[in-house]
Amino acid sequence: MRTIATLHLGELGYVSEESLDAIPLKLLEMGCLPGAEVQLVQVAPLKDPLYICVNGSHLAIRKETAAKIIILKSES
Amino acid sequence: MSKSDIKVALIGNPNTGKTSLFNQLTGLSQKVGNYPGITVDKKEGISKLSLTRNAVITDLPGTYSINPTSLDESIVLKTLFTKNTKESPDVILVVADVENLKRNLLLFSQIKDLEIPTVLAINMIDQMGKKGITVDLSLLKRELNTEVILISARKNEGIDDVKSAIIRCHVAAKASPLCGINHKIDPDYFTKLKEISPNYSLYQLWLMLTQNNYPEQVTKEEREKLLAYRNDISKINKYQHKETIYRYQQINEILKNTYSLDKSKATDLRSKLDSIFTHKVFGYLFFFFLLLVIFQSIFDWATLPMDLIDGTFAQVAHFTRDNLPTGVLSDLLVDGIIPGIGGVLIFIPQIAILFLFIAILEETGYMSRVVFLMDKIMRRFGMNGKGVIPLISGTACAIPAIMATRTISSWRERLITILVVPFTTCSARLPVYAILISLIIPDKKILGFLNLQGLVLLSLYALGFITAILAAYILDKTLKIKSKSFFVIEMPNYKLPSIKNVFFEVLEKTKSFVLGAGKIILALSIVLWFLASNGPSSFNNAQKNTINNFASQNLSGEELQQKIASFKLENSYIGILGKTIEPIIRPLGYDWKIGIALITSLAAREVFVGTLATIYSVGADDENTSTIKEKMRSEVNQDTGKKRFNFPVGMSLMVFYAFAMQCLATLAIVKRETKTWKWPLIQLFGMGLLAYLSAFLTYQILS
Repeated sequence: MRTIATLHLGELGYVSEESLDAIPLKLLEMGCLPGAEVQLVQVAPLKDPLYICVNGSHLAIRKETAAKIIILKSES
Repeated sequence: MSKSDIKVALIGNPNTGKTSLFNQLTGLSQKVGNYPGITVDKKEGISKLSLTRNAVITDLPGTYSINPTSLDESIVLKTLFTKNTKESPDVILVVADVENLKRNLLLFSQIKDLEIPTVLAINMIDQMGKKGITVDLSLLKRELNTEVILISARKNEGIDDVKSAIIRCHVAAKASPLCGINHKIDPDYFTKLKEISPNYSLYQLWLMLTQNNYPEQVTKEEREKLLAYRNDISKINKYQHKETIYRYQQINEILKNTYSLDKSKATDLRSKLDSIFTHKVFGYLFFFFLLLVIFQSIFDWATLPMDLIDGTFAQVAHFTRDNLPTGVLSDLLVDGIIPGIGGVLIFIPQIAILFLFIAILEETGYMSRVVFLMDKIMRRFGMNGKGVIPLISGTACAIPAIMATRTISSWRERLITILVVPFTTCSARLPVYAILISLIIPDKKILGFLNLQGLVLLSLYALGFITAILAAYILDKTLKIKSKSFFVIEMPNYKLPSIKNVFFEVLEKTKSFVLGAGKIILALSIVLWFLASNGPSSFNNAQKNTINNFASQNLSGEELQQKIASFKLENSYIGILGKTIEPIIRPLGYDWKIGIALITSLAAREVFVGTLATIYSVGADDENTSTIKEKMRSEVNQDTGKKRFNFPVGMSLMVFYAFAMQCLATLAIVKRETKTWKWPLIQLFGMGLLAYLSAFLTYQILS
C-alpha cells in the first residue's frame, strides 16, 4: 500500500478516497482532499518532515501523518 | 472611537498580505493591547473611509479555518462569536491571495455562513500577469454574493475601493450564507440542530457544537441540548470532514467559471531557492551563518546608539541635579527615575535590531524553511519546529518569545517551549555579562584572531541554549500532560520583504517592550531608591555617627561624604536585607552588597549593574560604566584583603545569572499564557535552585 510517506522525490500521486478519515481536519482544510494531486517536493535532512505540494498548497507535514494518507498512482 | 465608526474585523490565511493591507488602511494610527495586560492582545487601527466615516479595524491572527487548532486561531473564533456586543464586528474584511484563491475561499465560505456582512479583498493582483492568472470579477461577485475587490496592498492599489466597499456593505447590512451546510451531509441531523435556537444561524450552532464553546448569551436549556449532541463525537468529526469536502466542491464549482491559471507560466524560483535553503548540508550551514550575522549585528550596530542613550541620560541626570534644589525630589529624579528610564531605553537598539531580522526572515518566507529544517531535531526534545522562533526571539527578550509560542498547536509542546525559553540568553543578561567579563577575563587574543572576552560571551550564549534544550528533554520525559502533537506548516512563496511591514513590526514590538517591561523596571528602580535612601533609626543618625567615628582621621570632605554614604547604605532597609541573606550566599562567594543586587535583579536582571552602580558610586555623581567598573575592580573582600571580583566570584555570578529566573515581567507573561501560577512558580524555584547549585559548584571548584 502506498502512502504520501512512500513517494519518491518529485513523484506525483492522488489522495485516495478511503483515507478521508485518516486526514486531520486541519490538513483537509489546507487543501489535502481525497482526489487531489499530491507531489513530494522535498524531504527534510533527517528524512522528516516532508514538504509536499497538494492542490496548489505547499505544505510541510510530519512523516507519521503522511504515512496515514493512502495515495493512488496516476496510472491506476 | 465614536459610535458611528464601523467595526471591521480583518481576517485571512497567513501569508496573504493581510498585514500589508492593515498597514495601508490604518498607517500610524495602529496600537496594540500591551503586555503585561490580562486579556488577548488586539491590534487595532483607525481607517478614514470617507470624509465623514471612520472604521476601527481589528487585525486578527492569520488562520486557515475558523476551526481553531492553536491559541492564535481561537482568538478569531472568539471575536466572531460575540454578537451584539461592543466587540462584535459590523463588517468582516477577508483577505485572500490570488494565487491560492481556492484554499483562501474555504475560510471565506465559513465566515460567510456566519451571516455577517463580508467584503472579500483579493490581494497580490500585481502578480496575476506573471503567474498567468485571470479572474472574472463581476461573475465572481455574483457567485459569491458579496463585495469583491481586487487589490495590491504592497503597491497601494485598490485600497480606496476596499474602503468604499466597507461602507456599502455596512449600509446594505445584507448577509446570506454561501454554502449552507445542511443539504448534502445529513438533512435530518441539521434540521433538528437548527430547531434548538432561533437566535443563531445554523452554522453558529454547529460551531458551538464542534468547538464545545458556548457564548454567554446561550441559555442553559440550549446548552444542554447542544451538549447532548456531543455524545456522538465520532459523528461530529465525520461531519466536519464532510463539511470541508462539501465546501471545496462548492468553491471548485464557483472557480471553474471565474478563475483560470496558466500553469506554463509557473516560475521555478521557489524550487531553486528551496534546494539551497532546505539542503541537508547547505541548509544548516546557511542557517547558522545567518544566526552568526544576526548576533554580530546586534552587538556591532547597537554599541553606538547604546552609548548615545547612556551618555544622554547621564547628561540629563547631571542637568537635573544642577538645576533642581537639593532635596527628596531631586534625589528621586536623579537616582531613581532617570536611571530607571535610561535602563529601559538602553535596550531599544538591540531589541529593535533583533526584531528587524526576525521580521525580515518572516516576511521573506525563510522562517518556514527553518521550521522545516529543525522540526525533527526539536521533536527529540519534546518541542516542535515552530519552537525555533521563540528560542531565537528569546535572545532579545523572553516576553515576545513566549507570546510567539501561540502558533504551536500542541499544548504539551507549547508548555515545554514556554518553560525553557527563559534559559536563552536575553538582552537583559548582556550588561551583567559584559561588566563581569571585562573584570575577570583578560582582553587578549588567542590563536591570534579570537578575542578571549568575545569567546567567553559566546560560550555563555551556548550555555543558555544547551540548558534550554536539556531542560526541554527532562520536561519531555517527566511531564504527565498528554496532548496530540500535530504539525503542519505552509511553505509560502519567497518574497522580497516590504519595508513598510518590517518597519511597523519593529515599531510595534519595540513599543510593547518599552511600555510593558519598562513599567516594571521603572517602578522597581523607584522602590529600590526608596529602600536604599531610607532606613530605621540608625540610618537617620548616619551623618552624626560617621563624623564622630572618623573625627580622629584627617579625611577630606569628599572622603567623609563617601563614608557617610556607605554607612547609610549599610543601614538602609535594602542594606539590612542584603545582610540578612549574606549567610545563604556566602558559599557562592558573594557579600551583602552583591546580595542586594541579587535581590533587586529578581525583578529584572539588568538592574544588577544599576544596583551595583548605586551601591558603589553613591557619592560619585555620574553613572559612567567605566567608573562602575573601576569601583568594582577596586572593591576589596574584607576577609581576604584581596579583590572582591576575582575569577571564581565573577564566574559564579555569571553562572548564577545564566540560570536564575530573574524577571518579574516574564513570570507575569507565563502566568498569563498558562493561566495558572503553577508554571511560573516552578520556573522561579526550579531555575533558582539550579542557579544556586551551579554557582556554588563553580565557586567552590574554582577557588
